Amino acid sequence: MTTEMFILATLDGLSAAALLFMVALGLTLIFGVMGILNVAHGSLYAIGGYVAATLGLAIDKFGLSPALYLPALFLAAILIGPLLGGILEVGLLRRILGKDHVLQLLVTFAAFMILEDVQRLVWGTQPYFVSNVMTQFGNTDILGITYTNYQMIVIPVVAALAYYGLRYFLTKTWLGREVIAMTFHREVATAMGVNAKLVSLLTFVIGAGLGTLGGALASPSTALLPGVGADMIVQSFAVIAIAGLGQLGGAALAACLIGLSRSFAVYLMPELAVLTPYIIMVLVLLVRPEGLFAATSMRRI
Amino acid sequence: MFIRLVTVALIILTVIIAHSFPWLKTPVIFSLCNGLAVLGVIVLIRAGQVSFGHAMYSCAAGYTVVFLARAYQLDGLLLIGLATMVATAFSALLGLFIVRYRGIFFGMLNLAFSMVLYSIISKFTTVTGGTDGLSFSRPQLAGFILERDAFETALLYMVLACALICGLLAQRYFESAPGQALGAIKTNETRLEYLGISAKHVFWMGYLFSGFLAGLGGSLFAIAQGLVTPEAGYWVRSGEFVFIAILGGSGHAIGAYLGAFIFEFVRFYAAALLTGAWQITLGIVLIVIIFLAPEGLVGMLTRFRLPARR
Repeated sequence: MTTEMFILATLDGLSAAALLFMVALGLTLIFGVMGILNVAHGSLYAIGGYVAATLGLAIDKFGLSPALYLPALFLAAILIGPLLGGILEVGLLRRILGKDHVLQLLVTFAAFMILEDVQRLVWGTQPYFVSNVMTQFGNTDILGITYTNYQMIVIPVVAALAYYGLRYFLTKTWLGREVIAMTFHREVATAMGVNAKLVSLLTFVIGAGLGTLGGALASPSTALLPGVGADMIVQSFAVIAIAGLGQLGGAALAACLIGLSRSFAVYLMPELAVLTPYIIMVLVLLVRPEGLFAATSMRRI
Repeated sequence: MFIRLVTVALIILTVIIAHSFPWLKTPVIFSLCNGLAVLGVIVLIRAGQVSFGHAMYSCAAGYTVVFLARAYQLDGLLLIGLATMVATAFSALLGLFIVRYRGIFFGMLNLAFSMVLYSIISKFTTVTGGTDGLSFSRPQLAGFILERDAFETALLYMVLACALICGLLAQRYFESAPGQALGAIKTNETRLEYLGISAKHVFWMGYLFSGFLAGLGGSLFAIAQGLVTPEAGYWVRSGEFVFIAILGGSGHAIGAYLGAFIFEFVRFYAAALLTGAWQITLGIVLIVIIFLAPEGLVGMLTRFRLPARR
């Protein structure tokens, strides 16, 4: 492996990790508050990407200003995340809170199946690749490598902003503290006057928004194909399983671990690249079944 | 009682179909094979766990059948036996690791392993034929060289026998002490441990049994189709198994076959109408079942119980 390849793999890995982190953040936030792993989160990522790509094409088609490329990505995420997230929460998740865990998982799995087909019906099976934002931001030479500014700067900055914004919201605002209270104990929080329905809806919308934002930001640098949703849900689950459920900071480290190992595998052993998230997850869980950063939970008899 | 009637009706229906409507033989064979794999998923659902990767055992058994059939021209029965053993051994090995996890971890780890198997199979094209899969010529059955029609009839009866035996076996298992302990994993695992029973061991046995059932279903399916593709191990297949398990209900082994029959025939006739929207249909039906009849078809059957004698 040459130095150039090493730097390239590192940069690829970090930008992939930033995207993965955003998606996993949404997934773990929803899990914390509702106790449900939303399998349909992968579809939110994919649909966010497709909508962003469609908006990008529309801007070119109608000859609008290229200054709109980047806002269009955020617009896609903000439009579709809360919309789909709200429908899912009000229509499905809210109604299954008291049900068996198997059935909860299956309901979100059913939503995932529906949304996968919706994608195929709306956007077809041809790959979507709209890279106009990426070319707009240009390239930078770094240590003998030419790399896109979009992947090197824009994506990590947005991911960091999302993380610190979320942390500020959770620890410093009244509503955020209510969200935290809900993750500890739903019933007690409700007894203390937290509006459980509202907080759940809000968390779900934010979580879904993070998922769609990840997809929207990924759309310029990756090709969108049917199946990206399934790939993403497994990867982001691997991230939160490695970090430990509900660990926001740990998720950043876990995302880097998966992102970097995957990008290095692409250069060293391309056949195994797809497998790296699974392998790392299995190895970590073999040693620490609760994840790397999880606090030990109490046993209820 | 009612369930026994349904079982007998189902067997008679299968035999009638085999003799009067030969073109329906293949879907019947396929639905019984799927039913076997679904029964494996139901074993796990009784422990309150759901596997999103169980098709990997069917897929492993299927590829064992193909490799052995192409290399050694073995007898069909031998192929099925060996392939089921390979799948069972595979599940015993993976089970050592997987049975330590519950809930979403269990489901997602199964999914992860099945994705690993799927991508290995589709990547190593030279050995596995890639996404096109591998085909093999029709093997002998118990030493007889059979024509297509006779082969299918023989296979149908064989699958029917396997399904019946496995159904009885599963039902016997559910009622036995280890089977009851398996159910206790769902209700209260800690109490189970306090009774001095190793929950891990109980669950491992259940996992092994479910792997065996999925493997048997997968090997029979491979023999019936004469072709195995990586799709047999894709998560969509696993999702279908889970779907059928919920449709049929986990209250009784018959649920697996009832669900599989309905699923196969709906697909047989409705697939053309619903091209491209098949997964949407599955998803919507799944949600409707979970909200309106969470115990599946078996739950409906037991509700219409014959009046009990006093």
